[in-house]
Amino acid sequence: MRPACAALKPPVQASLGPGGEHPFKTVCVLGSFRVYKVPSSDLRVDGRGCDDYRCVEVETDVVSNTSGSARVKLGHTDILVGVKAEMGTPKLEKPNEGYLEFFVDCSASAAPEFEGRGGDDLGTEIANTLYRIFNNKSSIDLKSLCISPREHCWVLYVDVLLLECGGNLFDAISIAVKAALFNTRIPRVRVLEDEEGSKDIELSDDPYDCVQLSVENVPCIVTLCKIGYRHVVDATLQEEACSLASLLVSVTSKGVVTCVRKVGKGSLDPESIFEMLETGKRVGKVLHASLQSILHKEESLGPKRQKVGFLG
Amino acid sequence: MAGLELLSDQGYRVDGRRAGELRKIQARMGVFAQADGSAYIEQGNTKALAVVYGPHEIRGSRARALPDRALVNCQYSSATFSTGERKRRPHGDRKSCEMGLHLRQTFEAAILTQLHPRSQIDIYVQVLQADGGTYAACVNAATLAVLDAGIPMRDFVCACSAGFVDGTALADLSHVEEAAGGPQLALALLPASGQIALLEMDARLHEDHLEQVLEAAARASRDVHTVLDRVVRQHVQEASVLLGD
Repeated sequence: MRPACAALKPPVQASLGPGGEHPFKTVCVLGSFRVYKVPSSDLRVDGRGCDDYRCVEVETDVVSNTSGSARVKLGHTDILVGVKAEMGTPKLEKPNEGYLEFFVDCSASAAPEFEGRGGDDLGTEIANTLYRIFNNKSSIDLKSLCISPREHCWVLYVDVLLLECGGNLFDAISIAVKAALFNTRIPRVRVLEDEEGSKDIELSDDPYDCVQLSVENVPCIVTLCKIGYRHVVDATLQEEACSLASLLVSVTSKGVVTCVRKVGKGSLDPESIFEMLETGKRVGKVLHASLQSILHKEESLGPKRQKVGFLG
Repeated sequence: MAGLELLSDQGYRVDGRRAGELRKIQARMGVFAQADGSAYIEQGNTKALAVVYGPHEIRGSRARALPDRALVNCQYSSATFSTGERKRRPHGDRKSCEMGLHLRQTFEAAILTQLHPRSQIDIYVQVLQADGGTYAACVNAATLAVLDAGIPMRDFVCACSAGFVDGTALADLSHVEEAAGGPQLALALLPASGQIALLEMDARLHEDHLEQVLEAAARASRDVHTVLDRVVRQHVQEASVLLGD
């Protein structure tokens, strides 16, 4: 059964009149959500307002070899994230915490230019941005990833696979990372001490005895592109080509900003930066609320739910 | 190798299949709208995506252009989370390069390259989950993607792997069966004519058994062809319904 807003073929017609969706509604169809606002007189090419996202489809638990995975489809942008939890040694400067490692692979299927090492630059840029937005004490509870201080900890390898590029990569990737971390199940371990003092790590016999991470404070990135005198959220490829400068704002569900970065060859006025920051916080909070509700709804369907993946 | 019985006395394999039985195949064409052709296939727990761009102008040095036919360029990449142990690099290592060359050899035999001289056809294959038979899944996905792109081919290219245990040939090996270390054969077949596009065998196999294993792989490839044919027809039917014919 296809979700109602599965009109992912280009471009969506401007149909906000009779027969179109009712404004002010956050439509949460199974696995996908749409964030709407009353459209003003400025409409974009596909009929969206300046603060509207395209229809987002989220599905978790897509790849079974991982501890957690998620697939996000935002318009023509397709992202697959896999999280693998492995045991490692804690870093020297933080002996009581585990850590996250990000790796972004821009697959050649997104663009032929990414063949071979062509996608490495973009991949490194995205990975570095992910490191920065998670580089604070509250995003993820790293202390819960510690098994025994200075000796063992959980390392979460978050691998992002960019399959199709249709604009607004950072937003889609951050949504996918949050969904994948929500889906991550880390096996419960116990540390047993021997008489000689040697430690043994015991894994629980039950494969479903797992710990779930709290993703309440995991931030999402909202990209605001400056086009002319206005700024827009969730730009398509064409809109990104028209904009000279963008602002990446990383916002948590409470509206706390963890990272701000300006990208692009053009320059921004300080006033526009503050305006874009305010828009980013506002849009970010709505985005988080919709994402949380959808993830909880999907989880409530239980392990017997029908998995669609790429076949739907 | 102790303890794991690949073929039980009643003739059942580790996952409950019979010796010549294939895993469940599900496929879909036209997964991505922006690429010229794309397809996704699931063979049991092995999941592969193929994307085709082309035919288009040669990228990079013009000197590589062939005056009488198209250049087929393949890249094989497997996601870092695809295997049980995390892979450090998705592509660029020796195995991926070798697979890319194998795919290229396979599709140069099937695609009518004389129809597109001086141009390039890119086939990019991505393995999302590897549970044995990755080469076969990649070839099958790439066939569907090339068909989705509308590039003329001589015939479908259907691939399957085969092994040999206890005097019986097994078709469509899973990861457990591959890791057990017995002989493995990978076969890519053009079903209508019965021509072999690629044949690769690892480990030792007595030549008396070769024909039996080859026959099992060929039969399995023909079964794969039946499934892929149905997928293509269904896709064309859906597309024509959307067009309103």
